[in-house]
Amino acid sequence: MDFGTFLVQCLNSVQYGLLLFLVASGLTLIFGIMGVINLAHGSFYMIGAYMAFALSPLFGDQFLVMLAAGVVMAAVFGYVLEWAFFSYLYQRDHLQQVLMTYGLILVFEELRSILVGNDVHGVPVPPWLAGSFALGDLMSYPWYRLFASAACVVLALGLYAVVNRTKLGMMIRAGASNRDMVRGLGIDIRRLYRIVFAAGVALAALAGMIAAPMSSVYPNMGASVLIICFVVVVIGGIGSITGALVASLLVGFVDTFGKVFFAEISGIGVYLLMAIILIWRPEGLMGRKT
Amino acid sequence: MTTTPSSAARPGLAGPALIPALVAIALALAGPTLGPYGADLMVKMMILSIFALSLQLLVGMTGLVSLGHAAFYGIGAYVTVLASGSEGGNLLVLGLLSMAGAAGYALVVGALSLRTRGVYFIMVTLAFAQMAYFVFHDTPVGGGSDGIYLYVRPAAGALDMENRTVMFYVVLAALAATYALLALIGRSRFGAALAGIRVNEQRMRAAGFPVYGYKLAAFVLAGALAGLAGCLVASRDGVVNPELLGWHNSGEVLLMIILGGLGHLRGAVIGAVAFTLLKEVLSTHAMVGPLANHWQLTLGIAIIVFVALLPRGLIGLAARISPRNTP
Repeated sequence: MDFGTFLVQCLNSVQYGLLLFLVASGLTLIFGIMGVINLAHGSFYMIGAYMAFALSPLFGDQFLVMLAAGVVMAAVFGYVLEWAFFSYLYQRDHLQQVLMTYGLILVFEELRSILVGNDVHGVPVPPWLAGSFALGDLMSYPWYRLFASAACVVLALGLYAVVNRTKLGMMIRAGASNRDMVRGLGIDIRRLYRIVFAAGVALAALAGMIAAPMSSVYPNMGASVLIICFVVVVIGGIGSITGALVASLLVGFVDTFGKVFFAEISGIGVYLLMAIILIWRPEGLMGRKT
Repeated sequence: MTTTPSSAARPGLAGPALIPALVAIALALAGPTLGPYGADLMVKMMILSIFALSLQLLVGMTGLVSLGHAAFYGIGAYVTVLASGSEGGNLLVLGLLSMAGAAGYALVVGALSLRTRGVYFIMVTLAFAQMAYFVFHDTPVGGGSDGIYLYVRPAAGALDMENRTVMFYVVLAALAATYALLALIGRSRFGAALAGIRVNEQRMRAAGFPVYGYKLAAFVLAGALAGLAGCLVASRDGVVNPELLGWHNSGEVLLMIILGGLGHLRGAVIGAVAFTLLKEVLSTHAMVGPLANHWQLTLGIAIIVFVALLPRGLIGLAARISPRNTP
């Protein structure tokens, strides 16, 4: 493998890892704070991708405006969904949460099939991000992928700033480490839940929208992302944003380089990584001992 | 899961052995009167009952929620087809091989995933099942995403699975044996220890029980029984594909045991039957009209409503209607 190829694969790994981080951070926060295991989280990624497919003809060149509009819609959707559905799951045990969110996936997938059909659709790359730039003598790298990584980095930094530097973030961190104490201190936990959930949905949908021009949109795209995000959360440790970031990048590298070196069995690479972590640190890289 | 101490101590004792035995005898007598469609549906429901029973050992009896149980079912099915060759294999040998294959993977998965608990356990079992899925989906061992066909159905002397009547009785016998085995386990010291782990793991550990070993034993046994169900489903369908290991299958079997009633053996059987019928109804045009094309939507809503309203399953509903029958 020459240096140019290596560099391209590294960029791909980082880009994939960062995208996973957007989805997994919401998943880990929702579990860490509300104690809900949400199988439907992958559906929000799928919904985001289909939103990009539906909205891109309307917005044309205005890709960033489309992303902003999509994020607002997803956040509102998440807010309503928390109020109408998820707020009833907090008192239930994990088994019931698994089954009810599983039912929700079936509903989302079928609605998707009714509204858009089961075909694979491409989503155009915005014209100002089309094309690629040269990397070394032979390789080139698409501008859009670089944009996707940059957007994810900006979002990750923003998330870090909100969680570590604001009052809301303080409540989120407190909620993730001790839910009952936060409730006891008189913080409006229901409002906090609703905000965190809406933010998680918005992040997952944004990841879907950013991914859509690269991956196209197809049925069951949510499920594969969901399972990989579970792997990320297990490796990183539940409730830890930093853990999710480290784990996402690890998974990104293992998956991308697995495809290069062991194409046929690349699908199992990340699961072997998870097995190693389970042997070494069952609570996850950044998780607390239980 | 709220359970009274008496039922918690002996989960396998949900009702006398008389009723399951009578149901088995009635099924055996009714077998010849069922038409081809009825017999086929019945075989399907009985195989799924074995599958659901195997998960009941984990979820209902031990309190381990696994979202990857379809992996063992699928591995059992693949082992049966791969070991059959073009000549067809011996039913008993294939059954044992399938169980051994599934138990082997369950040993690895269980040893790793039992290092975690609660929601981690759910995620890890799902992830390892997906790994097995990819092995059959991406590599040539299992014919890739199209799966592979069984040339000749397994047989053992007169027990030839090519014969539909024989298949009916073989599956019925396997179901009865599985049910009886789990009922015995429920009454045994081992079963009591599993129930203790479900109710209060800390206390069992403090009492000196090797909790990890007990849980791993339950996990491996559950995997082996799922492998048996897989062997039977491969013999019935004559074809296997990676979707057998898919996570929808794991979700559905979990749904079956909560639909019937968690912690009761008959709950697994009732749930498997009810779920199969529900799916059949929701996807039949004559029953629900044009909604049949969108059975996933109605099934999804049905799941949500059902779990929301009846967390204790159909058995819980029966108990609510006539409290005298409370187990």
